[in-house]
Amino acid sequence: MSLLDYFRSTKKNTASTAKERLQIIVAHERNRRNSPDYLPQLERDILAVIRKYVDIADDQVSVSLEKSSDELSVLELNVTFPDDKK
Amino acid sequence: MAKIIVVTSGKGGVGKTTSSAAIGTGIAMRGFKTVIIDFDIGLRNLDLIMGCERRVVYDFVNVINGEANLKQALIKDKRIDTLFILPASQTRDKDALSKEGVERILNELAEEFDYIICDSPAGIESGAMMALYFADEAVVVTNPEVSSVRDSDRILGMLSSKSRRAEQGLPGIKEHLLLTRYNPERVVKGEMLSVEDVGDILAIKLLGVIPESQAVLNASNSGTPVILDEESDAGQAYLDTVARLLGEDVPFRFLNVEKKGLLKRIFGG
Repeated sequence: MSLLDYFRSTKKNTASTAKERLQIIVAHERNRRNSPDYLPQLERDILAVIRKYVDIADDQVSVSLEKSSDELSVLELNVTFPDDKK
Repeated sequence: MAKIIVVTSGKGGVGKTTSSAAIGTGIAMRGFKTVIIDFDIGLRNLDLIMGCERRVVYDFVNVINGEANLKQALIKDKRIDTLFILPASQTRDKDALSKEGVERILNELAEEFDYIICDSPAGIESGAMMALYFADEAVVVTNPEVSSVRDSDRILGMLSSKSRRAEQGLPGIKEHLLLTRYNPERVVKGEMLSVEDVGDILAIKLLGVIPESQAVLNASNSGTPVILDEESDAGQAYLDTVARLLGEDVPFRFLNVEKKGLLKRIFGG
């Protein structure tokens, strides 16, 4: 085994990277699938409102609508605020 | 009453038609009267895989439009006498299928056949939706590769929301995972998603694992469903798959790297 091969073999295998990426995207898309069509627009609107006050990136807000029973749905809003270094 | 099984995937080129041909042939070999319908309007290919491309006179769309009757359009397989093929139209566009038309033909077929296999086109447009709409069971063909797994998940979403069973509030379509082009050597090296990985993500029952095999191309070259090549690994894997589809409990094979003997190591093969 050459020195180069030794370093190659210590690299993380691509199959586990694939699995992690898939688990995230599939969970995300399943969530979308079961949610109303207005949710993406709602998410953008909420983001715009928060941006008036705090400078945050697109992926720092996540909105999900979870149906807990036939009569009750819960809108969950998750905002990650940037570290306050000032 | 006939059982309607859709073979679907979302992504193209993963082995839907190969699997439809193999599974349909395998079921017919057990003595069940079986018809395989090509839903890929405009891109007919099942006829080539089954080796009956020169015998196509009328097609699925002709029957829906009343230009021919089923008896004229169905092609009887020359190898297995309980097997029939209904070819897709080559000239029409994919919107030529209407829900009412498809339903009428399926009802007519159901009177005579035990199993109806619907070979879905790729994508999530009308042809694919039509192929899955009336299904009782679905075989979701997936390659151990990111885009195929993601698309399969989308199709699973369609199966549970856009089918007749979903719309009428009936028990859902029974979903099966068929993993194709599986290469255990690459899985061991960490280069390919394993059966367990794909199973974890899609969370549906595993029906079969078809190894990546030379036999598949050889079979399509000659117009013979690969399941008839009973010597080959892929052929045997499809035989197991059909047995499971019919409710038998068969252990999985071809999941692990075949240990090579000394001679094979030296001379290859």
